[in-house]
Amino acid sequence: MAGLHELTIHETRGALLRKEASVTEVVTAYLERIEELDKSLNSYLTVLADQALEQARAYDSGTLPLQDKPLGGVPLALKDVLCTQGVRTTCGSRILENFIPPFDATAVARLKENGAILLGKTNMDEFAMGSSNENSAYGPVRNPWDMERVPGGSSGGSAAAVAADLCAGALGTDTGGSIRQPASFCGVVGMKPTYGRVSRYGLVAFASSLDQIGPITKDVRDAALLLQVVAGHDPRDSTCLEQPVGDLQARLDEPIRGMTLGIPKEYFVEGMDPEVARAMEEAFAVFRDLGARLVEISLPHTDYGVAAYYIIAPAEASSNLARYDGVKYGFRKQEARDLLTMYRESRNLGFGAEVKRRIMLGTYSLSAGYYDAYYRKASQVRTLIKQDFIQAFDNCDAIIAPVVPTPAFKIGEKTQDPLQMYLSDVLTLPASLAGIPGISVPCGHTSGGLPVGLQVLGPHFGEAVVLQLAHNFEKNTDHGNKKPSFP
Amino acid sequence: MKEKITREEVRHVADLARLDLNPDEEVQMTQQLNAILDYMEKLNEVDTSQVEPTTHAVERANVFREDVVGPSLQRDSALANAPQTDGVHFVVPKVI
Repeated sequence: MAGLHELTIHETRGALLRKEASVTEVVTAYLERIEELDKSLNSYLTVLADQALEQARAYDSGTLPLQDKPLGGVPLALKDVLCTQGVRTTCGSRILENFIPPFDATAVARLKENGAILLGKTNMDEFAMGSSNENSAYGPVRNPWDMERVPGGSSGGSAAAVAADLCAGALGTDTGGSIRQPASFCGVVGMKPTYGRVSRYGLVAFASSLDQIGPITKDVRDAALLLQVVAGHDPRDSTCLEQPVGDLQARLDEPIRGMTLGIPKEYFVEGMDPEVARAMEEAFAVFRDLGARLVEISLPHTDYGVAAYYIIAPAEASSNLARYDGVKYGFRKQEARDLLTMYRESRNLGFGAEVKRRIMLGTYSLSAGYYDAYYRKASQVRTLIKQDFIQAFDNCDAIIAPVVPTPAFKIGEKTQDPLQMYLSDVLTLPASLAGIPGISVPCGHTSGGLPVGLQVLGPHFGEAVVLQLAHNFEKNTDHGNKKPSFP
Repeated sequence: MKEKITREEVRHVADLARLDLNPDEEVQMTQQLNAILDYMEKLNEVDTSQVEPTTHAVERANVFREDVVGPSLQRDSALANAPQTDGVHFVVPKVI
């Protein structure tokens, strides 16, 4: 049998139910690994060792029932943007260094109700703004496949922790690719559901019309299982969908023969790494062998996604982050001479460079005289991007494409040029703007050993078909079984 | 090429955003925002004269609930994270 830390969520459940391992043994295996490896990876900001072990003992002694809860005894990690009652939630920012939420996010409450053990809170780009995890106030996370490279962002800590077997699975959040891109860079599965599928209550807001919570896991079945638990209507988030979620695992093993898959020609951008292009060709061949029909499609407004997103998201952020003023919570610069100075100095010392840049960009584009030229224009282009997808899905069941044009880049490589960093999100932003579901599933490795991810995108509410395609692909390849080897 | 945003405007926007940039930050911010805003020019290639803006990707009508009192945060919990309180209120430096 593989080491306990290598097991997926569903395998862990199997091992626990068959009494092949105790919950304490599973939790201890992860805690020891975190102790051993995370000093160099920096994927966790808070580890809840005592709390997790106490919960494990309650399961093992029978005080807590293991049987009927789908996540009973399974140790999971949470991106540190999700509020956890009584547990520090920093958002990767100095300004929330000592923030202890008085309530659980709905997604967190649902994990707990379903038996999960919270192992800790994971590192991230400050306020989820970033594509490399280098914007964390608590230091960058390293990619377990190559310690000189970034794990992606903004859910870099969650993706690295899953890839390095420092938890059984994790939750991340995706605003413009922040689940799919780090999953691709770290060789794990990451899924962004349809906008509104998962309640945002208790998710610290970055860009409210784009933010979505989703799973980062060791395989596709786990992603379905975890999403099933956290998805569904919540009256505390007025944007949370009432449409029923359905059984997300029911179709995983159904064959995909006869399905039509669209390959968007605009996603094969200039500057794409040839090894990523080759991995895509191989992935397409797998789908053909499984009986899918592959057709070229066009998403003509793809190239405008970066510009539209980097107006809309910072605009929403500039408004959402106005709440950090040193009054109700968060960092305050003491001994400021008056209220206004206190606001300004607290925000200036509390926020990092990228967060300030986005607040500035957003404030500018919403300010008098510029609203029509920027925010309104971007929102109109957003309509066209969404229509591209709706029209494409008239002719195909799902879309398959790369997640990122390149494998993980080096730490420091893009930090001096914010625009270059933004451009690396070119293939994940359109789906976010359109609000459709998407997954990243491992589809190969470069000659240098870096993982490459395949993106599967479905129509609104099409989580089941996305998971079905990803699972069929995963079952017929072995890319997801490779593990990083540490020095 | 004409600057999209001048250092003067950066100072004004920082003021609106309640940020206190030092002179070095102002210079760098001006440069970076100009590079980013130049890139945004791309959007003007698209004819949007007949296009409605999208603010939410998944259409939703107004969401209402019954107007009834439910449980809410207790005062102690609401004040627990504040940098300064008197036990009943948030305390801030003098305003006038």
